Amino acid sequence: MNTADQYLKAIYLVQETEDGPASTGAVADALDVSPASANEMIGKLEERGLAEHEKYKGVSLTDEGIVRAREALSNYCIIERFLANVLEVEEFRAEARSLEAVIDDTVAERLDTIIDRSSECPDCFDAETDACKYLAEVESENPAD
Amino acid sequence: MSVGQRVTSDHQLARLLQIGVVLEEVVEARSTQHHREMDVDVDAELGALLRHAAEESADHRDRLEDLIGELDADSVSYEEIEALVEAQYGNTKPEDFDGVLYDQLCNEETAYKFYDDLIEAIEGSDSTFSVDRDRVLDTLRGIRAEEEEGVEEVTAIMERR
Repeated sequence: MNTADQYLKAIYLVQETEDGPASTGAVADALDVSPASANEMIGKLEERGLAEHEKYKGVSLTDEGIVRAREALSNYCIIERFLANVLEVEEFRAEARSLEAVIDDTVAERLDTIIDRSSECPDCFDAETDACKYLAEVESENPAD
Repeated sequence: MSVGQRVTSDHQLARLLQIGVVLEEVVEARSTQHHREMDVDVDAELGALLRHAAEESADHRDRLEDLIGELDADSVSYEEIEALVEAQYGNTKPEDFDGVLYDQLCNEETAYKFYDDLIEAIEGSDSTFSVDRDRVLDTLRGIRAEEEEGVEEVTAIMERR
């Protein structure tokens, strides 16, 4: 997943949580980057027509940005689900975050041919638990020893 | 969240190599399934392509598994991935010979892209690993070159038809 897609996904999730525009600081926190880096990338997303930034309010995705963000989120869900269900990685959230930059969309699509993903995806992604709600449910039923 | 492509630890490298193994196993299992499902006697060229793809993936898997072993990690069993491919195959199988060719092209392109990104991510990091970095890169570059040949091979067949 390229850097722009990681930003779009982060903005989308912050917007969902805050139920409004995402502050640059919240986006920077979500991505563990400096506010200056976040500002710079948000500017690039604006130039590409994927986001709109309003001073003192924050950044909102355009319709095209939302489509891209949802695709990126679906690919992220594939990575999490693949790690949790196929490789049985307990720390699938942390590992998905560390791997997503290296996993291209086409690779995620191939991995998708061996996992069982809900047709609701990515609406079943829960920003607070940083996982698909169905994955989180299984996890709480079978907590790690 | 990590922004940017870099491989910085043995653990991360082993995990990515495991993903490479799974991708190879998916190719091998799907090619075998296509071969089983399609009447490849009617299309000898396609039959040969599928056999070659399965053999090449098995060879790539062996080379990746050597590295994974040196990183003191476990590989992913072929039987496990084969069962997952079979479980989902009904929903994802191609309908005809053209579909099989297209699936093969996706397999080769995806593998090429994966190894290309992985090589770039290793090159972009100055971390040292417990396995010789040059050997990892040589192995991955060798596999990538074969995936590139695979893309060209499938594309040539598609263009002829």
